[in-house]
Amino acid sequence: MGQLILNTLSQTLGNFFSALALFLPHVLSMLVIIAAGFLVALVLKVMVRRVFGIASFRKYCDSAGLTQLMRKAALPPPVDLLGQIIFWVVWIVFIVLGIDALGISALREQISRFFMFLPQIFVAMVVLFIGLLIANFFSRATLLAATNANYPSARLLSTLVRLIIIIFFVTMALEQIGLGRRVVLIAFSIAFGAMMMGTAIAFGLGGRDVARQILEKQFLQQEESDEKDEEISPL
Amino acid sequence: MAEETFLSDEFVRKLTAVGEVDILVAVPTFNNRNTIEQVVNAVQLGLVKYFPRERIVLINPDGGSKDGTPEAIRNSSTPDFRTVLSSAPLRTIHRITTTYGSVDGRSTAWRIIMAAADLLRARACAVVSPDIESITPEWIEALVRPVYKEQFDLVTPIYHRHKYDGLLVNNIIAPAIRAVYGVNVREPVGSELGFSGRLACHYLEQEVWHEEFVRARTEIWMTTRAIADGFRLCQAFLGPKVHAQETSTQNIVTAIREALGTLLRCMENQQAYWLSRTEPPQMAPVFGLEYSSGLEPRRINRKKMLEMFHNGVSQLTPILESILSPETLGQVKWISQQNEKQFQFPDELWVKTIYEFAASYHHSVINREHLLQALTPIYRGRICSVVLENQRAGAEQIEKRREALFQEYERQRPLLVEKWARKA
Repeated sequence: MGQLILNTLSQTLGNFFSALALFLPHVLSMLVIIAAGFLVALVLKVMVRRVFGIASFRKYCDSAGLTQLMRKAALPPPVDLLGQIIFWVVWIVFIVLGIDALGISALREQISRFFMFLPQIFVAMVVLFIGLLIANFFSRATLLAATNANYPSARLLSTLVRLIIIIFFVTMALEQIGLGRRVVLIAFSIAFGAMMMGTAIAFGLGGRDVARQILEKQFLQQEESDEKDEEISPL
Repeated sequence: MAEETFLSDEFVRKLTAVGEVDILVAVPTFNNRNTIEQVVNAVQLGLVKYFPRERIVLINPDGGSKDGTPEAIRNSSTPDFRTVLSSAPLRTIHRITTTYGSVDGRSTAWRIIMAAADLLRARACAVVSPDIESITPEWIEALVRPVYKEQFDLVTPIYHRHKYDGLLVNNIIAPAIRAVYGVNVREPVGSELGFSGRLACHYLEQEVWHEEFVRARTEIWMTTRAIADGFRLCQAFLGPKVHAQETSTQNIVTAIREALGTLLRCMENQQAYWLSRTEPPQMAPVFGLEYSSGLEPRRINRKKMLEMFHNGVSQLTPILESILSPETLGQVKWISQQNEKQFQFPDELWVKTIYEFAASYHHSVINREHLLQALTPIYRGRICSVVLENQRAGAEQIEKRREALFQEYERQRPLLVEKWARKA
């Protein structure tokens, strides 16, 4: 009996070590590929920064308005961003290749799916970037218009505008990558509907006076302001 | 040059029939039926009285009036000059009307006038607003004579105005032009102008007529262009300016966007001229006797202006942070906390603020429309301070304060040059 157990154990251990001996080179290959990938990505990043970091390219970005565009979306300058993108794309490709070197068939399938997925992720990122720019623009325009018209809670209004636009674009981005399409759509519809209904109820019940004041201000203030401060002609 | 598509065939035919002229006077119109006859009569009287021997044409570019303005000009009877003048006209005053429907609006009217001056080889031209109730025949002489007799190229107006009128011009546009371009022009936004035929040809050659900033405030572009290109400039005192349709209700945001936006775009286009300018500012000669008279007091809602300044600075702080330096913003925020009794927006801070806005506009730190809008609450604060300071001030005191502000703009000019040239 004891002998049988010993035989089984030694066979299992033997199998394990032979499997390990077969698998270890794959792991080492993976580590080497990932490390090499890191070095290649780093070199490429530095090269991109050197090549595109020249004054003329920076000037071109400035004159084309690209630098301002990035700044408006709270992103780093174009050259830095390009360097970062190159680094991560190259390294991720090497990581995926490294994982592929393990030779696990289930992982292989996932990796091929990941590569199929990349364009959609890229499009979703572009959608988000555009959304950020648009949200930023309209929220600032709202803040300025509301402040110059002396509306109360101008900042709240501008934040709301930003939030609605961002939610809208996040929904679009998630739909692009196909993440819980129905759930996202339903959640957005419910959230948007609830917001509108809440606003309607707030104005209808809780904020009747405020609504009246705003409407009065909009339609009746013209004459009043003509009589008072607008007596001053700016030109 | 004159055979451009913005001139209708009929208009060109009429101009050709007139031949060459010495003086061209233009009255651009758009639904001004109520005042146009009075203006045209004053123009004709002025021409007959002061230029009886010259060949003259009166041009009316109309923006598509629905109230019969062009018909009123065409059918207006020639005034009986004998009842008001000792002299009678020696020549016929030609009157030509043309209608344009371009989206470019004002700038198209200006282009038509320039093209007509070019075609008719006019020596001197004058443009007057169609809705001025206070126009007299002397305005025509004041605008035309410096060009016709003294060889000036551009005559800008000086009006007798209420101390609280034209505050945007007096606090930003005029002093900035003096400091930047080196010529003192009191009314660079005035709608009455005189100019020579050669300057008209020069304007016509510029390829900026479809640009938004030229459309918005053509007069500012004309003034700065003339200075930058070395044309001779002078000013003519016209007296009080009273519009039939009160324009004082013009929205401050729009006024800042149009006037300051145009000036800053002009500064960008002409930076080669003004950045290298080193000589001290010159006074553009003034023709006509300037006088001042008492003006009725006005009720100004200072409390509301101050409140809008406080709220505006507090609400727009995140935007102002990207436009102003921390030091300037700190000072603006500090004065925005003061109450009406202590409140004062000093010249030094005001000029620094304007120059920092100008440099930020040039470097496009944020959307340019937004940047100009962000100035509105600060402008309100400055105007409130001016109103408080000048409550009991007479004409002499106001002139002194204006001069002090102009000098502050000049003193801080190196700051503008430095910030303008610095990379964003």
